[in-house]
Amino acid sequence: MMFGQSDFSAPGVEWFHLSPVIALVAGALVLLVVGAMTPRWPRGGYAYLTVLTSLVAGALAMFQWDAVTDDGVATLVGGALAFDTFAQLVTITICAATALVALVSDDELRRAGRDGPEVYALLLVAAVGGIVMGSANDLILMFLGLETLSLALYVLAASDRGRPASQEAGLKYFVLGGFASAFFLYGIALVYGGTQSTNIGEIIASFQGSLLIGGKDTMVLAGIALLLVGLGFKVAAVPFHTWTPDVYQGAPTNVTAFMASVGKAAAFAALLRVLVIALPFHRDDWRPAIWVLAVLSLVIGSVLAIVQADVKRMLAYSSISHAGFILVGVEAAGHTAGEPVAGDGMPSVLTYLLLYSVLTVGSFAVVALVARSNGGDTSLDAFRGLAGRRPVLALALTVFLLAQAGVPLTSGFVAKWGVIQAAVEQRSYAIAIIAMVAAVIAAFLYLRIMVSTWLEAGSEATAVEAVPFSTGLAIAAAAGFTLLVGVWPGWLLDAAATVTTYAR
Amino acid sequence: MHESALAFPILSMLVFVPVAGALAITLLSKRRPEYTKLVAAISSVATGAMSVWLVAEFDQADSGFQFVSQHAWIEQWGISWHLGVDGVSLFLVLLTGVLFPLAILGIDPHNDDPARDKPYFAWLLLLEAGVMGSFISLDLFLFFVFFEIVLVPMYFLIGGWGYEGRVQAATKFFLYTMVGSAFMLVSIMATVFIASRNGVGHVTFDLVEIAEHANFAASTGRWLFFGFAVAFAVKVPIFPLHTWLPDAHTQAPTAGSVVLAGVMLKLGTYGLLRFGLYLFPEAALWSRHLWLTLAVIGIIYGAIAATMQKDLKRLVAFSSVAHLGFIVLGVFAVTSQALTGAVMQMVNHGVSTGALFLLVGMIYERRHTRQIAELKGIQSVAPVFAAAFTVVMLSSIGVPGLNGFVGEYLILIGAFLSARWYVVVAATGVILAALYLLWAYQRVFHGEPDDDNRSFAELKLKEAMVLLPFIGVIVFTGVYPKPMLDRIEPAIGALIAHVEERTGHESPRPAVVEHAPEEHGE
Repeated sequence: MMFGQSDFSAPGVEWFHLSPVIALVAGALVLLVVGAMTPRWPRGGYAYLTVLTSLVAGALAMFQWDAVTDDGVATLVGGALAFDTFAQLVTITICAATALVALVSDDELRRAGRDGPEVYALLLVAAVGGIVMGSANDLILMFLGLETLSLALYVLAASDRGRPASQEAGLKYFVLGGFASAFFLYGIALVYGGTQSTNIGEIIASFQGSLLIGGKDTMVLAGIALLLVGLGFKVAAVPFHTWTPDVYQGAPTNVTAFMASVGKAAAFAALLRVLVIALPFHRDDWRPAIWVLAVLSLVIGSVLAIVQADVKRMLAYSSISHAGFILVGVEAAGHTAGEPVAGDGMPSVLTYLLLYSVLTVGSFAVVALVARSNGGDTSLDAFRGLAGRRPVLALALTVFLLAQAGVPLTSGFVAKWGVIQAAVEQRSYAIAIIAMVAAVIAAFLYLRIMVSTWLEAGSEATAVEAVPFSTGLAIAAAAGFTLLVGVWPGWLLDAAATVTTYAR
Repeated sequence: MHESALAFPILSMLVFVPVAGALAITLLSKRRPEYTKLVAAISSVATGAMSVWLVAEFDQADSGFQFVSQHAWIEQWGISWHLGVDGVSLFLVLLTGVLFPLAILGIDPHNDDPARDKPYFAWLLLLEAGVMGSFISLDLFLFFVFFEIVLVPMYFLIGGWGYEGRVQAATKFFLYTMVGSAFMLVSIMATVFIASRNGVGHVTFDLVEIAEHANFAASTGRWLFFGFAVAFAVKVPIFPLHTWLPDAHTQAPTAGSVVLAGVMLKLGTYGLLRFGLYLFPEAALWSRHLWLTLAVIGIIYGAIAATMQKDLKRLVAFSSVAHLGFIVLGVFAVTSQALTGAVMQMVNHGVSTGALFLLVGMIYERRHTRQIAELKGIQSVAPVFAAAFTVVMLSSIGVPGLNGFVGEYLILIGAFLSARWYVVVAATGVILAALYLLWAYQRVFHGEPDDDNRSFAELKLKEAMVLLPFIGVIVFTGVYPKPMLDRIEPAIGALIAHVEERTGHESPRPAVVEHAPEEHGE
């Protein structure tokens, strides 16, 4: 009887639709297996294989995009994964950021004598986790993605084994991240308790036509609260942000760039899936919570960023403030969650994620270069007189900082404009105004870095930053993209507008 | 709308030519710094020539927007590349077009390192593009973009080529303006969305479409207007938001001060006209007493503060606060003459204060001080220089026969109809202007030169060539303002008609109207 009949039938697997994820996993396996068996690859070999893998995965995601727009949205693998432009946009974002981070990592690792396949394999695995989070149509699968991403990130944060700060960052992130994952899992359990399912489509169906009353609704509400805590930690929203500055500062700079881009994009995509797509019937319950998180993140992130003396810490707090901005978009999306005609909230959030991912990797790439020539010093003083030593590098940094500040004709403006427009469209004027004020406060921070770079003389002892080819390429690509989207954002907005038709 | 015979997209070129110049400069080889200034000169002179051509081709009978250029840009958000010029902006465009080549050709940035010329001229050209664009944008988004672009080059010019307190001044300037802009950004977006629901019917950033079709509820309009007004009030600057101005002016390099006083402050007053009065007539009229009061305070406060300055450049800076007060008075008096005078005074102030900063810059180059107390008896060693200073100073005071008089007189006489008691107080500002400028002149130019000032060099030919256009405009406009008035008045007439139609407000007209039918219901 052990091998008797079972009513289990394996779901069909749409291999081609899963090809981006498969490509990334294959790349990671090649790095690990072949890398372990062969002698050290020639310089840059690991990095460029990673870049190639990410670009191939990104390109495959674009093919999937066409498939979605031609044939409509669907769910894959027995309803576990959503196949829609939302998922593809998140995939493209994560692949682009991974490729950039790999380019930045190359020189950093080789100079530190840490070159090897492990870090790159972890980057690719983390990217897979992020993509799964962003495309999951089942909360359990989302948790798997979250754990895949998080475990890779814990190791990556601690990957600079020679530096105690890196170890500390890894451990801090691990302990706090473990808590957050537990919250998230508990939240899933409670939602399951209330709705009898972890599948997003079935969760929605369980609300339709019937109202949950009594204990079940309480359970769902408690579940939402716990999910919010878990994801709030991952997106680094205040008050779940306390790990961010320490971990960002302690982790190797290339890993910080990865956390700020891929980590954030995946977590926000998951947040949208959970709240806007899976729980639209409770939108009036969770929206105020998002409002509070957004306002706190905006204000506290911006204000605390100003008083920092270390550029990596500044960028960490600024990433908190950016999280606040993205939450403004989530709040706007909350107003129309579940309605046939969705507002601009979701497209604006996904646009912001793509643009911010590129921006932040570019910013950290410059920080990495400056830090390297100053013996790892990332304080503001290290940036003094950068324009005199490396004018082009300073210009690129300025482009990134202006974009982070949201100055027009940079992609940052398109991003900020999008979320604020979405908020104003839903008549959330208060949050729009708070966001604007926070942007002004944060602008002071970027100005401080620019002043150091351009207007203050560096000390004679400061070494001229070397700009290796791979990092230079990443910075140039990121800066070019930042300006391109700033001047000509139409195509991206068109593309992002399609994410409101999602699978579930 | 007037269809120009010009197929040439002249307004777009006014923006693109300086941008192209700035790009060309950044791409120039480091080893050939001598070409930098040449490229800057070519693109700014070309822009200037186009702005002169624009005035020549301008149809003075047409009160609407001319040379309109409209292309879709970001269709999803209803944003378009929409440019146009009317009587209000025409002379500001001309002023911008002429002032920049003079600043680029006539003012030496004094770079120790010729490599520093590159960013200096590139920033100046980018600044020109931003200012030009702000004056000709007819799309709220486009205007905001240009309005913000202006900030960046100015920040770097003050911070990179200014005097001892430059970094602090640049930061202050940037932050003040950024705060104002943030208010404006929120207002722009709210305006667009509220307008799309009330009368316009679709999301568009088009200024004309919103102004003509949107019906804002009174309280909504007032909030929206407030957002715009804060940004412009900082830029003007209107008391009490003026504190960035003396610092920025004093610390900026001469070219920066000339441009800042000449055209950039006008972005504020122009904005109040175009995006305040035109877009939100009801709110502007409702709040006019606030603006008139602040304008008058600005006039008196600026004048008194200027009197007490020890630094010549600071004195001119505070005089700008007073002069801009007059312009704001003219704008919010909302009568035909006052508005015409305000537009005219924007240009006049640009010319005369620009020239004053130029002269103060020349004094600084010679003496390396701006302290009034350290200057003495220059008139006897440099009479021609003193004469030039006198003409410019008298224009700034508003002496009849020079340009300053025409504008100020029109403002005062126009405002007298609608805001009598404000004018009574403001008129004393004219007297105070004479006081602080003449007193400063007396201390700097009169008397016997001491040892430090005995070697004060006379006006050089190159400097005279730069000053000549300023003095020419000062005298010409003062004696024969008609060509200018003829082009400004139709646009102002249309603006007042628009305000009256939207609000039912009746703007007072002078009692003596030519050919008016005599109707005495006795």
